[in-house]
Amino acid sequence: MKIATRTPGDPEPMPDTQAFWDAAKDGKFLVRRCTACGKAHWYPRDICPLCHSTQTVWEQGSGQGSIYAFSVMRKADPPFVMAYVTLAEGPTMMTNIVECESDDLAIGQAVELVFVPSKNDWPVPCFRPVAP
Amino acid sequence: MTRTAHAYIAGAYELPERYYPDKTLAQLQGEAALGALADAGLGIEDVDGFFCGPDAPGTGPLSIADYLNLNLRHFDTTNTSGSSYTVHVAHAAQAIAAGKCNVALITLAGRPRAEGRAKGALARTDNPHQPDFQWEQPYGLAVLNVYAMAARRHMYEYGTTAEQLAWVKVAASHHAQHNPHALLRELVTVEEVVNSPLVCDPLHRLDCCVVTDGGGALIVTRPEIAKSLKRPLVRLIGSAATTQGQNGGYMDITTSGAVRTGPAALAEAEVAIGDIKYASVYDSFTITVLMQLEDLGFCAKGQGGAFVADGGLISGVGKLAVNTDGGGLCNNHPSNRGGMTKVIEAVRQLRGEAHPAVQVPGCDLALVNAIGGQLAVRHAPATLILEREA
Repeated sequence: MKIATRTPGDPEPMPDTQAFWDAAKDGKFLVRRCTACGKAHWYPRDICPLCHSTQTVWEQGSGQGSIYAFSVMRKADPPFVMAYVTLAEGPTMMTNIVECESDDLAIGQAVELVFVPSKNDWPVPCFRPVAP
Repeated sequence: MTRTAHAYIAGAYELPERYYPDKTLAQLQGEAALGALADAGLGIEDVDGFFCGPDAPGTGPLSIADYLNLNLRHFDTTNTSGSSYTVHVAHAAQAIAAGKCNVALITLAGRPRAEGRAKGALARTDNPHQPDFQWEQPYGLAVLNVYAMAARRHMYEYGTTAEQLAWVKVAASHHAQHNPHALLRELVTVEEVVNSPLVCDPLHRLDCCVVTDGGGALIVTRPEIAKSLKRPLVRLIGSAATTQGQNGGYMDITTSGAVRTGPAALAEAEVAIGDIKYASVYDSFTITVLMQLEDLGFCAKGQGGAFVADGGLISGVGKLAVNTDGGGLCNNHPSNRGGMTKVIEAVRQLRGEAHPAVQVPGCDLALVNAIGGQLAVRHAPATLILEREA
């Protein structure tokens, strides 16, 4: 099934994530990394969920990843692809796969970031298959 | 056996209907409560502990406690979605052991069908101040599409098939045909499940539970009181609960927290998984059952498909009788919260009061496991081990 691009919901930025959404408006995808344990995590927090250090920082993400899991929400209008994508930086994030043929998707497939505007024009990080 | 139990389930009652257009939420909560008390042989004046979830309208226990004019010295409104009522049984036993109450009433009632909310595919409308909200809500997260991801990943890692998942629904329908109150009483076949419409690949319509009006209630009480009543003695001998989320983005969505609560509850009960004669296992979707059976230890991880196939869960036929009331897949899933009915059917089995066609002979040990929330996102599994006292 050809997947039409669904308009994502508005993300409602919070004080600790405003920088992420502001960067997204500049076309940049940020990832939060802990400088104490060295690991990137998702979703981004001030307190590292892995070692609980508060020494966490934003960094530019690669926007590269692979599909960890996905489902094809046929019950929605238009149908969309719900997914978990494992980022090249390590953690897995919830997202939508867009610009795709759902029958061609597979776990492990390489995907790349594409920002899709929400109703109120926040760029929401989604992913599309990497062209072969 | 010589182990001591602090609490017994003395009363259990399930509201008979699956659609309640003409009754209020408060009426349904009240009728469930009176039904469980009558079943136990106790009066509402005996209740001194009250446990409810957010399905009880009002602030915590306040409005329903006032509506029923309860005289309380203990209450608890733990909300872990569908597993709340399973957690409440454990919390009631803890409160009884601590001397905080003698007769605990646990209620659930809802009318999502009458209110037009019986749609599992609706996107969540959670609180934007949940730290996860802005990272999930934009993507159209619904219960259905995240459970479907768990199913997909389980298929990928373990070779689980749509036909194997379908067997979970087939077993539920075999049981539901004997339950006059079940919403869906028609027998279904594996072919009918896998040929039903894909609602969210890889899940078909018949992989999904029903959503119903109705509810139920339980009475948990101390040993002296339970033994003074005329009902068969069903006691709680083990319990465990946990929460599981995304571990900072390093998660395995094919394993539920039941991998911890199952062994912990069994250890507390001092019994082995192989001793369990009957299991009530949360069945929001077919994949939910399959994963829990693995995680609880009924079979090895990845072997759930083979375990459930070929009637593996059908009472009298398979390896383990599961959800002999027809479960959430066919019978009842009041207010999208299945933990209550899971306990009620386990009590029926232990009392020998399940339908004769599904009753497990000599059923003296049962396991209940509920999953609250969403397996692939964040959830709160709760396990109970219940025993029939001779």
